[in-house]
Formats: sequence, C-alpha cells, structure tokens
Amino acid sequence: MLFNNHFSVLLIVLPLMAAPICVILRNPKASWLVALISNLIIVLLSLSLLSHVLNGNVVRYELGGWAAPTGIEYYIDGINAVLISIVSIISLVTLIYSKQSIRKEIATPRHYLFYAGWLLCLTGLLGILITGDAFNVFVFLEISSLSMYMLIALGSERRQALVASFRYLILGSIGASFILLGIGFLYAATGTLNMSDIAERLPLVNNSRTVIVGFSFITIGLFIKTAMFPVFSWLPNAYQFAPSAVSAFLAGTATKVSLYIFLRFFYHIFGTDYSFGNLLLGDVLLPLAVIGFFVMSVVAIFQTDIRRVLAYSSIAQIGYIFAAISMATEQGLTAGIIHIINHAFIKTALFISVGCILYRYGTANINQLNGIIKTMPWTCAAFIVAGFSLIGVPLTAGFVSKWYLVSAAIDSGWWLIAVMILTSSLMAIIYIGRIVEVFCFKTGDATNSLKVKEAPFSMLLPLWFLIIVSVYTGINGDVVVDMAKFSATQLLDSLPSLSNSIGNPL
Amino acid sequence: MTIAIDPIITILPPLAVIPFIVFFGERRKNLREASIIIAACILFAVNFSLYQQFLDGALLQSQKFTFFNGLTLFLKGEPIGIIFGLLASFLWIVTTVYSIGYMRGHNEAHQTRFYICFAIAIACVMAAAYSGNLLTLFVAYEAITLSTYPLVTHSGNAKAKRAGRIYIGVLMGGSIFLLMPAIIVTWWLTGTTDFIAGGVFNSISISPLLVTLLLCLMVFGTGKAALMPFHSWLPNAMVAPTPVSALLHAVAVVKTGVFLIIKIVVYIFGFDLIAQTNAAEILLYFAAGTILLSSFIALKKDNLKARLAYSTIGQLAYIVLAALIANVRAIEGAALHIVSHAFGKITLFFCAGAIMVASHKTLVSELAGLGRKMPYTFTAFLIAAISIIGLPPLIGVLSKFVIIEGIIDSQYDWLIIVLILSSLLNIAYLLPIPFMAFFKEPQSIEAADSTSQSVIEEAPTACLIAICITTAGCLILFFQIEPIVHLLSLIETTSTTGVGG
Repeated sequence: MLFNNHFSVLLIVLPLMAAPICVILRNPKASWLVALISNLIIVLLSLSLLSHVLNGNVVRYELGGWAAPTGIEYYIDGINAVLISIVSIISLVTLIYSKQSIRKEIATPRHYLFYAGWLLCLTGLLGILITGDAFNVFVFLEISSLSMYMLIALGSERRQALVASFRYLILGSIGASFILLGIGFLYAATGTLNMSDIAERLPLVNNSRTVIVGFSFITIGLFIKTAMFPVFSWLPNAYQFAPSAVSAFLAGTATKVSLYIFLRFFYHIFGTDYSFGNLLLGDVLLPLAVIGFFVMSVVAIFQTDIRRVLAYSSIAQIGYIFAAISMATEQGLTAGIIHIINHAFIKTALFISVGCILYRYGTANINQLNGIIKTMPWTCAAFIVAGFSLIGVPLTAGFVSKWYLVSAAIDSGWWLIAVMILTSSLMAIIYIGRIVEVFCFKTGDATNSLKVKEAPFSMLLPLWFLIIVSVYTGINGDVVVDMAKFSATQLLDSLPSLSNSIGNPL
Repeated sequence: MTIAIDPIITILPPLAVIPFIVFFGERRKNLREASIIIAACILFAVNFSLYQQFLDGALLQSQKFTFFNGLTLFLKGEPIGIIFGLLASFLWIVTTVYSIGYMRGHNEAHQTRFYICFAIAIACVMAAAYSGNLLTLFVAYEAITLSTYPLVTHSGNAKAKRAGRIYIGVLMGGSIFLLMPAIIVTWWLTGTTDFIAGGVFNSISISPLLVTLLLCLMVFGTGKAALMPFHSWLPNAMVAPTPVSALLHAVAVVKTGVFLIIKIVVYIFGFDLIAQTNAAEILLYFAAGTILLSSFIALKKDNLKARLAYSTIGQLAYIVLAALIANVRAIEGAALHIVSHAFGKITLFFCAGAIMVASHKTLVSELAGLGRKMPYTFTAFLIAAISIIGLPPLIGVLSKFVIIEGIIDSQYDWLIIVLILSSLLNIAYLLPIPFMAFFKEPQSIEAADSTSQSVIEEAPTACLIAICITTAGCLILFFQIEPIVHLLSLIETTSTTGVGG
C-alpha cells in the first residue's frame, strides 16, 4: 500500500484545516460534505499507516523538521496505528449516520458548528494517538475535550444536555489538569517531554518523590478521563443527552483514546516493571476494575432509558479492559486491546441503533417501545446482534473478547477474577435480554406505532456496516487477535530510544 | 484409499429451504410445507448416505476453519453423531407432517416464522451432531438456544415471555457461566478442544480435583441435559406449540445436551481418566436423584405436557448417568437410549398435541373416556408409554437393558435399584393416562358439556400419520436394532497411536 512519512502529519492537519472551512461555508450540506471527504481521506491514510506499521515498521516523524527531543515527534507503532484506524473509521461511519439524525436533534443553523466541532474533536483524538510528545498529548486532549463539551451541549433535550456537558466539563477539566500536573512533574524530574526520552531517563530518577507524584497525578487524571469506577459520573449523562451521533462517536472512541494514553504511559514510558512491579499499579487497578464491571453491570439492569443502559454497560466494559490491563502479562494486555477494538465497534453500533429508534419514536424509554421489531426490523435486528456481541455469544466479536479475558485471567492464576467476569456476563444477558424482550413483544398499547416506518437507509447503512464488521471479526477472530498481539508485544518491550538524542535539551 | 466427505452437506438442506418458506409464505401453505418435507427427506437421505459411507470406511471430515489464536471449528462424523444426525433428520420429516395437522388445526399465528426458526434449529442440531471439536459443539449449542427462543415464546403472551426468560437464562447462563470456562480451561491445559479417542488429557498430569471440577462444570453447564437443579427451563418451555415440545424439547434440543455429555466423556476425558480419578461419582448421585425426583414430580403433575416434561427430565438423567459410568457398554446404552427415548417421547408428545387439537384438553384428569373417541391416539400413547417404561417388544427395553449391563460392569451396582425403582414410577405416572381414557367413564356431564363432548373426533389425519410412524418405529427398532449396535461398536474409546503426543 502506498505510504509516505508525511501521511502522519496529514492526519492532523486535514481535519484541523477542514474545521474552519465548515465554519466559513455556513451551509449544512456543504459542511457535511467537507467533513465527509476529509474524513474519508483520513481513513485511507490511516489504513495505509496501519498496514505499514503492521509490517513491522515504526513511524517516527519530526514535526516541522525539528529534531526530537527539541521538536515534537510523532511516534506510531502497533497500538496507536490500530486505534487511529478505528477512530477514523468510526468517525466516518457516525458522520454518515449523523446527516439524517441531527436533522431532528439540532436546529439547522447550528449544523455547520456541529461539523466543525466534530472535525476538531477528531483532530484532538487523532492527535493524542499519534503524538510521541507527552505535553502534546495534553494539548490534543484539551482540543478533543473542549469540542466534545460543545458537541454534547448541542443535544436536543437542551437543559439536560447543557447540564451534562457542564458536568463533563468540570470533571474532564479536573482530569486534564491532573494529567498536566503529572506531565509537569515528569518534566521537572527528567527535563524532557519526548516520550522516548522520558522513558530513557526515568530509571535514573525512579525513586524520586517527584516521579511518584507525577505518576499518581497521571493515574488519577486518566481514571477520570476513561470513566473508571468510581469517577465515572460524567459519562451516563453525557451519553444520554448528547446528540445520538455524538453518543455513538463518543462511546466508540473517547474512552478508548484515554485508555491508549494509559497504556502508553504505564507500559511504555514508566515501563511495565516500574508501574506494576515497583509501584503496584495493578493492585490499585484490579479491585476498582472488578468492582467497576460488577457494580455497573448491576446498575445497567435497572435503567429505563436504553442509552443509560448502554452507558453503564460501557463503564462496565472499561472495567473489563482495566482488569485485563492490570494483569501486566502479554495475555492480559492482548485481551485488553482486543476488547478495546471490539467494544469500540459494538458500542457504536448499539448507540446508532438506539439513535435510529430515537429518530422514529422520539424516545429511548424502554417502557414505550413495546414490539417495535414489527415496525423497525432492521434496526432491532442490528441491536440484537450487537447485544449478543456484548454478552459474548459465539461467532460474534464479543465472544473472542470474553474468551481472551477469561483465559488471560486463568493464565495469571486469577480464577476468582475469571468467575467475576463470567458473572458479569450473566448480567449482560439480563440487561440486553430485557431490552430485546421489549422490542419483540407487544403489550397492547401499540396503536401509536402503526405509522412509524423503518429508519432511513442512510442511517441503516452505517449501522449494518458496523454489525458486519463485528460479526466478521467474531468469525475470523484472527484479524483482531493478531493486531492486538502485535501491539501487546510492542507495548511490553521498552520504548526504542531516540536515535538522535542530543544531550540535555534545556 | 479412503474417501473424504464433508459433513457440512448436512447443514445445507435445512438452510436452503428457508428462502422457499419465506417465498411461499402464508398464502401458499401447501407449497411451503411441501418444500419443508422435501428438504427433510433430502436431509435424511444425506445423513443415511453419510452413514453408509462411514461403514465403508470413508473419512467424514470438513476443512478446519481457523477461528482465532489456533482455535478451529470443524465437522467430523463419528458413530454417536451419525446416529444422532439420522435420528433428528428422520424425526424432522415426521414432525413436519405432524405440524401440518397441528398448526392448522390449532390456527396458530406466525406459522412462517415458526417453520423458519424450526429449520434453523435443525441446521444447528446437524452442526452439533457432526461437530469435530468441543468448540464447534459449543457454538452449535448456543445457536440452538437462540434459534429455539422464538419458538418457545411463539404465542407471545405473558406466560410465554416468562418461559422464554427462564429458557435463555438457564440455558445460556449455564453455558456461558459454567460450560465456557470449562472449555477454556481444557484448551488452556491441553492446547486443543478436539474430540480425540481416549481423551485429550493423556499427555499432561492433572489433579483428580481439577478433573472432577471440569466434569461438573461441563455436565451442569450443559443446561440442555436438564440435570437437576438446572432443569426448570424444560417444563416452562412446554408453553411452546406441541411440535416444538415434541421434536425440540423431547429430541433435538435436550438430546444435544446429553450428546454433548457423552462426547466429552468419551472424547475429552476418556474412560481411563474418569475411572482413575473417580470424577463422576458425585455427578452420579445427582443423576440418580434427578431420575427419582423427576418421576415423583411427574406423578403429581396434572397437566399432560408438564408430566411428560418431567418424564423427559428423568429419561435424560438415565442417559447422563449411563454416560458418566464411562464404560463401553454404558456408552452404548446411553446412545441407544437417545434413540429409544426419542421415538417413545415424541410419540407421547404427538398424542398430547393431538388430544389438545381435537378436544382442547390439557389436563390428565379431563381425559376420562376420551379413549373411545380417539382410539388410535390413545393406543399409540399406550404403546409409547410401554416403550418408555421398558417392556418388550418395544425398543425401550433394549436400551434400559444395555444401560443395566453397563452398570453391572462398573462399580456402582446400587444404581440398578434406582433404575428399577424408576421403571416402577414410570408405570405409575404413564399408564394411568391411557387406562383412564379407555376405561373410566366421563364424570357427571352437564348438558353443555355433553354437546362439546360429542363434537370430539379423532385427531387430524396428518397428526395421526405422524403418530403411527413413530409408534411403528418403537416396534420395528426392537427387531431391527442390529445396525445401530454395529455402528456403536465402531466407537473408538482408547487412544490410537499418535494421540497424546
């Protein structure tokens, strides 16, 4: 596949340039088209990048020709190449979906703002993934977060959307500040911001209090950003009240990107031995993760709004991923990455199908959707398949995830954790089964639903694309597994040092 | 040189018929049902030819499909699977004939959906019957659960909804919570889930406790085998239309469960390992307990289908028990009992359905005097009941006999008492039904009642044909059991060269 080193910078520049164009155009259709085309190019670029990286290359790109560590370096290996592709694909898919869906949810004069915000958000997410500079991570994190607050605030239920956005803003800013502080401490201790460089110098100052404090700040900050239990409270409201396209985009990408930062920092920069061996990060992570997926699955059972069910389920899935990550073994890490990938597709599909229902019925309340499989068979079928995947039924992507999670836990000798994961799957049966049951059975008051039609094709197409992807990766699981294994081994190796490291940059 | 045949051809006919079912739909019922019968006949023919090829020494194996991380899915024919495939496909023909009478006689709604789900379920059963490794069997097992869920909840009322919940909860919950981890552990220990003669644990040392644990997880996790305390889904699933209860919940679905248990005993654990570690002993108590308890419960059930459901639970426990005794004779008995119980129980369910269609009666206590109005149905019921009880000249006696032989070969002699006791209980809860129907006068008939009584006629012809076929099966198989026994003698129970390395 065609590949050029400049592709990596194009991934950032393109959406960043397209966003102001949307604002200048001020036309819903035109700005959608701009967003779509730039996103399409980004997908192609990211796929080319991915195939290049999977061939065993690591991309290091010096921004503006300034050599690292003085300049900013873009560093792309397995894990971020995979996530860049996923984020750009999910963005493209939800963008196609958004065209119809925001018609009902957002006033037309604001549409161009929506697309501009979307592109900025995409820029931020891709930037976090692509950069090899710790401070740059924070910058892009803020770009993505700020635009996300704005996107959430556009939600149709104005008052709640604003409150949700504000809550996210408060917590998100605290999280981001913690991360910033942490990076500051690391800078103080090592005198550099380049990731490889920090990794190289950290062993010399490992035991200093500065590093440990920096480590803690980053940990807490990332907990908030990933919506880890118990600091998840921003997430359910944000997912529920954001425009449905934004929920879908957010659910698939935002927390996953924060998880990536987590992986990069604690596996690569601090190093596995230091994070999990010396500072016992695993011991903090594991209990929170287990309580997280357990409690959140229970909470999901008692929600009445489908979006909230899915939101709590998302927090539970984050718990699975953290449990897998905290094993700090190759198996565990592979399981975690597999679940990051699979869950991104599954959850986006679920949110899109709920969005389709919202589009036609104007509600996602479980009590008002009896027997809608009659009127919206394709949407409901997609929801059911994606739901199976969430439960972990064989031949869906979720099964591969569950298999890996459980076998990684057993491999680490954590039998109890394996049992907990399975118990939590049983709860997934309940909360998905409950919704499916409502979809499939009528209880009399179905008179208002007779006029409703199936969702428009332009919404079903992205939905079914995601479903097909998640079923395909469930049947031919090696596609995802190989990528995850590749990334995991790279993450467990130490970060390669800067080839042209020149003394102290200060 | 051996010929290789891909057993995937058994999955195709039931799937291929679905477009036809959809195309003909409700408007051309006759064509729709004709196409199903043709597909069922083709399926049986395919199974039969596979059986003959197998006897000729052909290798029935499909390509290995790489799932992920070295896990594979593939199909492979072996004696027990071939018997199961033949049985399910033959009874599918009969059940379809029966369904025509039942579904029309009962004016059931959504018949197209019913037939589609039915066909999918049969395809999954075929995949289960010919599965080459435990993972394939597990996948098929889950697929069966999901494809039969719409059949259980067919009527869509609150009761069906509740039954569906229990159905999915017990079957899927059990398989994900217990069966799947057991498979993962097996794979983690041995690096394979393939069915290998003599078991897969030969090459590694494994503690008896772990073997016991794995076996318990697998047996209890197989909710379809309805071993107590994981049986509650089966009586609840009786809200489904009777053809479903007959083929799926007396034959295909539940037999997939016990089939899985037989397969893991023979090809995953192996007789030697079970004998050495005594892993099955605790489960034998559960099986024996299930046999007796379910019979006692059946005695008290007044609803005919519920009584038959508990009888099924007991009979399934026979098979589980025989499988867990884990010697050659007992396994043969278990496989034979799959066949004999299938013919017996499907007949009983057919009769129950016929009674329901003809007289709208579902309770045992209402049946008094019906025997004279529906003589064929109740004669068939009597014959099938005798077969289940295990009296000659019906097939039921053979399988019970072989199971008892297997018990004598083992160290668990006390199980014979359980079996004898259970046979007595079978008499107590099955025989009163036809006797009452034939000999007891209907109780104090009111005027309105008598008019409705007089309307009752024999069941629809299609139902009767099906009932006659399966009843005849109970009789004929008694005399023609030799091919099945011969096939069963081909089961490889000890590891051949090259295994375990």
